[in-house]
Amino acid sequence: MARDTGRLRRLAAILFFTLVARPMLLIATGLHVTGRGRLPMAGPAVIAANHNSHLDVIALMSLFPLRLLHRVRPVAAADHFLKPGFVGWMGRTLLNLIPIDRSGKGAEAVVAPVRTALDRGDIVIIFPEGTRGEPEVLTRFRRGASVLAGKYPDVPFVPVYLHGLGKSLPRGEWRFVPFASEAHIGAARTDRAGARTPMAEALQADIEAMAASRSLTGFAEA
Amino acid sequence: MADLVADWPAPLLYGLGGVWALLVAATGVVAALARRGAAHAGELAARTRTWWWIVVPVSLALLAGPTAVAILFAVVSFLALREYLSIIPVRQVDRTAILLAYLAIPIQYWFVHDDWYGMFAIFIPVYAAAAIAFRLVLAGETKGFIRSAGTLQWGLFLTVYNLSHIAFLMVLDMAVPLPAGGAGLVLFVLVTVALNDVAQYLWGKRFGRRPVVPHVSPQKTVEGLIGGVVTSMAVAALLSPWLTPFGLIEGAAVGGALAFLGFAGDVTVSALKRDLGIKDSGAILPGHGGILDRLDSLVFAAPIFLHYVRYYYGA
Repeated sequence: MARDTGRLRRLAAILFFTLVARPMLLIATGLHVTGRGRLPMAGPAVIAANHNSHLDVIALMSLFPLRLLHRVRPVAAADHFLKPGFVGWMGRTLLNLIPIDRSGKGAEAVVAPVRTALDRGDIVIIFPEGTRGEPEVLTRFRRGASVLAGKYPDVPFVPVYLHGLGKSLPRGEWRFVPFASEAHIGAARTDRAGARTPMAEALQADIEAMAASRSLTGFAEA
Repeated sequence: MADLVADWPAPLLYGLGGVWALLVAATGVVAALARRGAAHAGELAARTRTWWWIVVPVSLALLAGPTAVAILFAVVSFLALREYLSIIPVRQVDRTAILLAYLAIPIQYWFVHDDWYGMFAIFIPVYAAAAIAFRLVLAGETKGFIRSAGTLQWGLFLTVYNLSHIAFLMVLDMAVPLPAGGAGLVLFVLVTVALNDVAQYLWGKRFGRRPVVPHVSPQKTVEGLIGGVVTSMAVAALLSPWLTPFGLIEGAAVGGALAFLGFAGDVTVSALKRDLGIKDSGAILPGHGGILDRLDSLVFAAPIFLHYVRYYYGA
């Protein structure tokens, strides 16, 4: 029984990404991807991206081939996505997310479910900013990525800079407005050599560098 | 199939055949350059591949008729407007007005499809412009209001209103018979303006010395502009008897005007990009840049050409 529902869930996710997510991202936002070859095609691996929109997760998952879809797992706030209702259903069924508790039990407790996924060989998507924040504004990365990298020195951490989706569907808005979007994939990092800078800071610097080289604009000040 | 071919005016088929032959030749030359390892061969190849992506859908739409052309240019307008709105500064409170601007695209192209000239001509300048301004007022943020109202309306003009005139050429009611139908007029404008871009570039590269607008586009020279105008006059005179109601002299004059208007549109989009501090308006067309980089020379040429034809030959 559990096996059957698993299969059904996988099919639903594949249908959602083929028929809804990918066409919508391509037609409405023209998602432009650079460095696609840098994406890990096998786990365990971590994708770390800046976060401005609910669409970020969908855009990142759509970059992977459909056969890997069930191994790509976004980390999301349990308080938001385990609620009953449409958002919760979508998160559990279509996105297969890893719920984490952000009620403030410290980085160790927060990363525990992520460790389970990495031990299984999944590709985990994290948003080290912790929240979507203001549209197209980068905030400081939290420690979670550094804690994780310390435990998994061989796992590649891939920085991804996302732009535009925060204008199309920012926090607190429910109407989707088309804007051009981009995803830039940076080079993987590992803590294998005993990194000098903590992983979270290194990833933040990578993403800031990609943001600076693109001269893209967020919303203008009112 | 035989019936279908008989339905298409022969000059249109010759014209499209000529465009395809030109592109096949260009593809061959670029491939030969790549084999010899010439510099810039990669970029030229990307540029030629992109030209195929433009020429194939446009050719098919012209053969399929006015509705197909309206749909194709509605899509192009959407891509161009999205690109424009993504590079200019917009405020978060402008989002609803921006949705209204997008909504103007299907409405405008519906008037094209419906051959409703009156609404086609006034819908964006009167109704869409008013709706956008009023929605910005309702958003309740006056700081930056003028900039938002001005940039949204101007963007609609550049990317939707002006461009939709190309599609309207397909349904224009004429007082005289056209040798290749409305599709012939579209082909005439597109080919003349595109060849003018190339001619201006080549003349400018070979003889260019005095820049026309040095602060906007230092590469655009008086020599290139004149070379482009003269070349376009010759091309247009050659095409006129096959695709338009114009005589030879008149065709040459229209070609010269299209070349100048193409230049004007081109440097206008350059000024916009320079103000924003960007080189290309996007990356959707490899080797060319964005949609606006490719369409820039049509934004003034298309509406003025339509009104010339309508005034002198319209029903």
